[in-house]
Amino acid sequence: MIAIVDYGMGNVASVSTAFKRLGYETAITDDKQMLHNATHIVLPGVGSFHAAMAEIGGRDLKKTLQKLSETKPFLGICLGMQLLFTEGFEGGFSHGLDILPGSVERMETDYILPHIGWNALAIRGETNPFKRFENEHVYFVHTFAANTEDKFIAATADYGVSVPAIVKKDNIYGIQFHPEKSGEVGIQILKTFLQEEL
Amino acid sequence: MIAKRVIPCLDVKDGKVVKGTNFVSLRKLGDPVQMAADYSRGGADEIIFLDISATNEGRNTMTDIVKKTAETVFVPFTVGGGVKTIDDVSRLLKAGADKVGINSAAVSNPELITEASARFGSQCIVIAVDAKRYADGWHVMTHGGTMDTGIDALQWVKTAEQKGAGEILLTSVDTDGVKHGFDLSLTKAVVDAVRIPVIASGGCGSPEHFTEVYKQTGVSAALAASIFHQGTFSIKEVKQSCAGQGVNIREPGFF
Repeated sequence: MIAIVDYGMGNVASVSTAFKRLGYETAITDDKQMLHNATHIVLPGVGSFHAAMAEIGGRDLKKTLQKLSETKPFLGICLGMQLLFTEGFEGGFSHGLDILPGSVERMETDYILPHIGWNALAIRGETNPFKRFENEHVYFVHTFAANTEDKFIAATADYGVSVPAIVKKDNIYGIQFHPEKSGEVGIQILKTFLQEEL
Repeated sequence: MIAKRVIPCLDVKDGKVVKGTNFVSLRKLGDPVQMAADYSRGGADEIIFLDISATNEGRNTMTDIVKKTAETVFVPFTVGGGVKTIDDVSRLLKAGADKVGINSAAVSNPELITEASARFGSQCIVIAVDAKRYADGWHVMTHGGTMDTGIDALQWVKTAEQKGAGEILLTSVDTDGVKHGFDLSLTKAVVDAVRIPVIASGGCGSPEHFTEVYKQTGVSAALAASIFHQGTFSIKEVKQSCAGQGVNIREPGFF
């Protein structure tokens, strides 16, 4: 069972639907026992970094999520990806989950924000499991982006600046765009995450 | 770089897709959930549902359609039409819509934009503007394009942006249903007036009209209804035409 962490930030049903489409069982939950029993942890989310960390704190989930990231395949999507980092500046300064090193800052681009729409992926490295998605378009909606070490960046998109689109460190994955809204490409990206860890 | 979006729009009345010409005579076309799924598979970058039901019963039907669509469609979709309160926005987002379009209610109560964007994020608040040309400029029209508010459309889109709108869905009442092309001068004026994405709507009759509006106005997306619904052109044909003219477009590949 794939656990989709429910912490009150945005509609998570579509993430669940996408995994079900791949034939997996899912549970949308904030129950610690269910999270511990899951095969995979997915942290979705739409909204502001500050509000999200407050919700996670209010549900006493911060340590649980940190612990789960040490043992299970762990995927953050959109805001959930940003929360993986050390700190964020949306809605004021907040500490993140600090599972990956880096900060989440407002993008400095000449283009209009939010970065909204379909943008092409540039995949880094020849052995990258996402290599076959080179130049495929995926759906982004965000204003803030991760600022992290190069070695954790698996894919980028060009929006006047190089936007980290997929980050990866061992069993921990972060996807800035919305794979559940990126058509068949997005579904296959989720499948790649699931297969990597099986 | 970010691709120009091609969006089919489904006008839904009492659970069925219909399409009007110049906002009047309506013809029934089909099942909205099925049509949205077909368009999604066919390469649509986004789907817009416009609920034109006049009754509460019709509105409830729309909520069910949104729920079913969220289970079958894996591209973003927007729902507009008759959204009057923050509860309407909440209901549609909860049902699974990615964005909600607000039209007349935002004109009569601009604070609704502020409230909705503060609560749900500006990225999911689309302000729909119906504009018509008058001697002194473009006016904002309400009630399905029939009532002149006297409000300057270019001023209004700036206000909407300041209040927290995430996108502008701009329909030209003058070109809607005429099929001679998008309203290029209105679209360009609105794109130049704001720093948020603008979706052009009204008047598309051929794939070349998409290329024209993308190239000449800097718009982020363009929407059409009848040319897709009547099977005149497929999304794929529109995209191939745009790509052939050098427009940066998403062409779904092997997946």
